[in-house]
Amino acid sequence: MALRTTPEVGGMGHSIKRKEDPRFIRGKGTYVDDVVLPDMLYLDIVRSPFAHAKIKKIDSTKALAIPGVLAVITGQDLAKYNLHWMPTLMSDTQMVLPVEKVMYQAQEVAAVLATTRYGAADGVAAVEVEYEPLPVVVDPKKALEPGAPVLRTDKKDKKDNHIWHWEWGNRAETDRAFTEADVTVKQDIYIPRIHVASIETCGCVAHWDKVQDKLTVWMTTQAPHAIRTVFALVAGHVGLEEHKIRIISPDIGGGFGGKVPVYPGYVIAVAASVLTGKPVKWIEDRMENLQADSFARDYHITAELAAKKDGTLTALRIKTLADHGYTDAAANPSKFPAGLFHVCTGSYDLKAAHVEVDGAYTNKPPGGIAYRCSFRVTEAVHTIERMTDLMAHQLGMDPAEFRIKNFIKPEQFPYKSALGWEYDSGNYAGALRKAMDTIGYADLRREQVEKRQRGELMGIGISSFTEIVGAGPSKHFDILGLKMFDSCEIRIHPTGKAIARFGTKSQGQGHETTYAQILAEELGIPAKDIKVEEGDTDTAPYGLGTYASRSTPVAGAAAAVASRKILDKARKIAAHLLEAAPEDLVYEPGKFSVKGAPDRAKTIQDIAFAAYTNHPQGMEAGLEAVSYYDPPNLTYPFGSYICVVDIDKGTGEVKVRRFVAIDDCGNIINPMIVQGQVHGGLSMGFAPALYEEISYDEIGNVQGGSFIDYLVPTAVETPKWETGHTITPSPHHPLGAKGVGESATVGAPAAIANAVVDALWHLGVRHVDIPITPPKIWRLLREKGITE
Amino acid sequence: MLVKVAVNGEKHEAEVEPRLLLVHLIRENLRLTGTHIGCDTSHCGACTVLLDGRPVKSCTLFAVQAHGREITTVEGLEQDGKLHPLQESFMAEHGLQCGYCTPGMLMTSVAFLKKHPKPTEDEIRWGISGNLCRCTGYVNIVKAIQHAAATIQGGA
Repeated sequence: MALRTTPEVGGMGHSIKRKEDPRFIRGKGTYVDDVVLPDMLYLDIVRSPFAHAKIKKIDSTKALAIPGVLAVITGQDLAKYNLHWMPTLMSDTQMVLPVEKVMYQAQEVAAVLATTRYGAADGVAAVEVEYEPLPVVVDPKKALEPGAPVLRTDKKDKKDNHIWHWEWGNRAETDRAFTEADVTVKQDIYIPRIHVASIETCGCVAHWDKVQDKLTVWMTTQAPHAIRTVFALVAGHVGLEEHKIRIISPDIGGGFGGKVPVYPGYVIAVAASVLTGKPVKWIEDRMENLQADSFARDYHITAELAAKKDGTLTALRIKTLADHGYTDAAANPSKFPAGLFHVCTGSYDLKAAHVEVDGAYTNKPPGGIAYRCSFRVTEAVHTIERMTDLMAHQLGMDPAEFRIKNFIKPEQFPYKSALGWEYDSGNYAGALRKAMDTIGYADLRREQVEKRQRGELMGIGISSFTEIVGAGPSKHFDILGLKMFDSCEIRIHPTGKAIARFGTKSQGQGHETTYAQILAEELGIPAKDIKVEEGDTDTAPYGLGTYASRSTPVAGAAAAVASRKILDKARKIAAHLLEAAPEDLVYEPGKFSVKGAPDRAKTIQDIAFAAYTNHPQGMEAGLEAVSYYDPPNLTYPFGSYICVVDIDKGTGEVKVRRFVAIDDCGNIINPMIVQGQVHGGLSMGFAPALYEEISYDEIGNVQGGSFIDYLVPTAVETPKWETGHTITPSPHHPLGAKGVGESATVGAPAAIANAVVDALWHLGVRHVDIPITPPKIWRLLREKGITE
Repeated sequence: MLVKVAVNGEKHEAEVEPRLLLVHLIRENLRLTGTHIGCDTSHCGACTVLLDGRPVKSCTLFAVQAHGREITTVEGLEQDGKLHPLQESFMAEHGLQCGYCTPGMLMTSVAFLKKHPKPTEDEIRWGISGNLCRCTGYVNIVKAIQHAAATIQGGA
């Protein structure tokens, strides 16, 4: 992509340094726990040791005797205001505080309000709760068996633990394709429960100001505007109407999807502030964060893939059991209870596909949020990339050549998939061939043959993923009825500087920099002269927030459209100043000039000044615009990753020797930031592939509930990523951009898993579920008679 | 208990509970909020500060253990309006994203480079292995530390 602006202006394609950094490297960011208000109280939460139990009694006497403890709030207290239950984003219901029973270990039971942080913790330790344990349902398969204890006894007509059945695609056509297939492969794949574990946990400071009649909540949220509406819908009946609510999302220490939902702690803090009239701070600790906040994934998948003898893929069939915990609190567009899982035909030209998903209740925390991924896309990509690899190996074909043979070809775009998506653009073979050249694929295959002869275990894994991001077109995409547009409002000041506000919220992605670059590209105003603000619902235009890689595809597009509205007016003002007809002017970023007379020109700064000092008669003064952008389609970033692993037969350890990632996110706004997003995404793909898992024992005790046993990789384990890109612009996005924040998280796990299976295929290993831990491989090797 | 500390060269004293964690003394009593809290188990390192020049996880020390000692926090790195070479290099190499782990990462790196002025990449990776970052994949943090090492060497 050719640069249209100078480095000083800093439009698209320039790796300008981030505007956020000067405050962060000085320790001067403002994260939610840095917010301190006069007379602020502290909230801490009593949590259940049981996964399923009746609450017989909550005795607050000892807690209330502690100096500084002001109140112990229970579900009974909230029930007086009908605030003990709240809706989830999927229109299920979730307890704020329980009245009858708890449904998972670490569930909120009561909240202690105190004048100090330590006092609140003392209060929590002193609250005495009497429980009567109930039968625990951990396994979602058992949850759906006849006779399983029914968990949601609060739902009067609920007679089982089945939440919903959802299916998509043409079943008859798919079944026929399988009947006619020469070769089929079938595999059970479990994609385990994990947690985003952003280094900052969740929390809020809620301040109900009686005099101003206004609630202000500083909170760790990726979607402040939607949260304001949800609060108003839940608590409007007790006086918290939407115009009285201000949500401020300050600096956020990583989000990755975990800061989309409304957690009970937020609601209790708001209630406590309304009841006391004082500001209330609630900050969860790491164990609460891992044990009670929304999980990601937990999909039990059975996949089948069909092909002809010559290796042409024909059909895909998937059945999935989704473990949602005790309530469906997933963060998905409401039309799609399994998110965008039906992008599972991936990068391949499959003529038939059918996918079924069933949701089940269990005694686990709710969620089903993303882990740096757009609505179940990692689950989809992992499945198709594992299955493609399995088929290639089964047919004895090279997995790279097999992929290239079956890819959707560049000339097939826009491509309508068998499951109904319209892929915008792609050059899948281009990315894979670049990855193969970069890593030296042919040499690696030769090395593998030699090593295998010596008994060494080396594997090469490929993942050629296609993402689906930028939700989404209003025809299909809403959350709780709110259409998934996003927004940008621009004001150009008389001196030619600007402020732009957005409905999204950065959590580290660098929006203050990249959005300014979009404006610089369009308007020619230097990025350094543009202030970007997000996260304050009193000032920013309404938008659905930052998750699912939607900021660049949706709000970034809004920035371009709003800029172009400004240019329409700027052209008229320039014509007025130059005494020329508007259509006789030519525009380059930052300057209008008269056609054929380039010296007769007005800069955007001249025009901005005139907009306030010398605007044409009959035109309104000022230079401002707003856009609420409804994307015509989703965007489809893609890439090809190749990973080389060596396996230690003695310990079962998988060592990633090399990992080459070629990404294509369309046109690039800031190459430095894009590369940084890919580095981070790869690391969050690597982590669940080899280390991270939250599991439960048979009575629902969480395993992996602290950083002692939830293994976030350090710099020592994390591979030295090798990155590169191809550029295939999106044809429908005003800037040709596609979004990049999540590609690598989505694509990386399959490359690693495929490399491990590739290393072990000759021993008869066909599949290994992630995380691929040393004990798992050690046991597998012993089963296959490999003892070093 | 009375605790007297020098933080970033400034003397402070406070009457505290014996159980008060050092990180809370720094963040809440002294209002230096650059030092962050990310876990309860001394794994993440977001709370790293220097105690008499040595990096410590301030969530794992009591405030009273710092009595009579010198503490440096991220706010103390900039001297007379001049950023520390590591602060400059983290910006130059895009060694931070959300910024939450950054202060701890910087403090660990400051102490690390004093001990290892010409580090190898592997030494750097081991050197920061007590600090977790979820955003960057560590690649650019490693580069930033190499960059700062070169700057400090060049200036010395």
